[in-house]
Amino acid sequence: MTETLVVLIVVFVLAMFVGFEVITKVPPTLHTPLMSGSNAISGIAIIGAILVSREGGTELPTILGFVAVVFAMINVVGGFMVTDRMLEMFKRKPEEQ
Amino acid sequence: MSPLVKLLYLVAASLFIFGLKGLSSPATARRGNRMAAVGMLIAIVATLIFGDILSWTGIIVAAIVGSLIGLVFAKTVKMTGMPQMVALLNGFGGGASALVASAEYLRLGAAASDIPINTAISIQLGVLIGAVTFSGSLIAFGKLQELVTGRAVTYPLQKTFNALMFLGTLVLMVMLVVSPGQITAFYVLVAVALLLGVLSVIPIGGADMPVVISLLNSYSGLAAAMTGFVINNHGLIIAGALVGASGLILTNIMCKAMNRSLANVLFGAFGATQQVITAGSGADGDRTVRQVTAEDAATMLAYARSVVVVPGYGLAVAQAQHDVREMADLIEARGGTVKYGIHPVAGRMPGHMNVLLAEANVPYDQLKDMDEINPEFDRCDVALIIGANDVVNPDARTNQASALYGMPILDVDKADHVIVMKRSLNPGFAGVDNPLFYLENTSMFFGSAKDSVVKLVAAIKEA
Repeated sequence: MTETLVVLIVVFVLAMFVGFEVITKVPPTLHTPLMSGSNAISGIAIIGAILVSREGGTELPTILGFVAVVFAMINVVGGFMVTDRMLEMFKRKPEEQ
Repeated sequence: MSPLVKLLYLVAASLFIFGLKGLSSPATARRGNRMAAVGMLIAIVATLIFGDILSWTGIIVAAIVGSLIGLVFAKTVKMTGMPQMVALLNGFGGGASALVASAEYLRLGAAASDIPINTAISIQLGVLIGAVTFSGSLIAFGKLQELVTGRAVTYPLQKTFNALMFLGTLVLMVMLVVSPGQITAFYVLVAVALLLGVLSVIPIGGADMPVVISLLNSYSGLAAAMTGFVINNHGLIIAGALVGASGLILTNIMCKAMNRSLANVLFGAFGATQQVITAGSGADGDRTVRQVTAEDAATMLAYARSVVVVPGYGLAVAQAQHDVREMADLIEARGGTVKYGIHPVAGRMPGHMNVLLAEANVPYDQLKDMDEINPEFDRCDVALIIGANDVVNPDARTNQASALYGMPILDVDKADHVIVMKRSLNPGFAGVDNPLFYLENTSMFFGSAKDSVVKLVAAIKEA
């Protein structure tokens, strides 16, 4: 067990707790946007995808990296935009005049 | 990596958390989602600037291709198709994580023998979870899109085979951790993980899909977190853990709403066979069904002071939510109030019905979840049930012999009048009879959801 690994585990566990705290407060009405939105967040793999394909070229790892960039961008752009489209529809009752 | 970029990842992660916090109310949700998107933008730009990119072309082209595909998906998907969309996006997320972990491993190549044990474990887990998410999500997508059968697919010795597959995966992982240089074993692991994803989703019936999508959602987050361990990146770990937690919470909520354990959903192959209700199964006294005409139902609704609409998936399939809203407007114009009582499993994914009703311009303050609406049925004049069955079955409360016993339901039978709109007396997904249909205060209004609602709208206008 290296020092780095311990730090990473600490970060992971604490983030899980934060996640549980924040997400239990999301009302059932918004569970679908929650899923598509959190899905977009899991597109954070884009960072890893960019980093593994930084050298360019046609080596297999780099090609896999490019495919990962495509996948992650679909996830990020598709996820955030479709969530926005859904949330736009949630409107309060117009005030009676 | 410079400390500055690490701090920028922290900013991004904080924005994700604020964004999810925004989702705690429909009023702040849209801003929340945008904050999370800004966080993602910061993370991507920071990586591009500080990531020592040597060759830009491939990355830029790939990013543009991915963005365009995502854009088209997001703009064209119908709201009824949202479960498929989310399944597909989960798959791409998991796939991306698996690819990153694989690329990192292959890049080490011959040098892989020297990688530390914790990196080796993270790589295996990233590949395993990511690949299972990818292929599992594609199958879930296929089932929801009806490209493959929505029924639970079973075959002899299924559980034994799956258990063997799982053991095989563990053996491969141990092999690769002990001696990370075995590239062949790595490829076999990838193949087995992909197969495992397919085989674990195939035996799950269509109505259990809300659980599966939630679980795959969680996996896609955990896969990203594992990839974070591989490349030693806090941003990935925090974001992945948030999504992992979110998926787990939703999975748990869905299981509770169906009164089933996660193990039962995953391995029970529920809905593989259709149970048939034998005639005369009801030796329990009065089994008279009271039918009602559109005119009578309309009169009841037109003069009701409070109406609770209970929509089921049948309503969404029939695309009748706009007509329901029109009906609600008519009732409200006559001075009644209309609320919607929504069971957690009313759609094909958590919260799906709420999105469909929001699309039909139903204000979100009228959308009530189960715990909110149940105490109100006592004071409700008419409960109107459209295309829902098992979630309003009173047997779930009282009949210990019922397959539904213990499932939380909407207590519609406590309303003064219950109007059930349904095609026929056929049982719902669980294949059990519904005593609600034979209650004295229940009237049945047979017909397809869309036609029936249109008729009701016309009749209420006349009333």
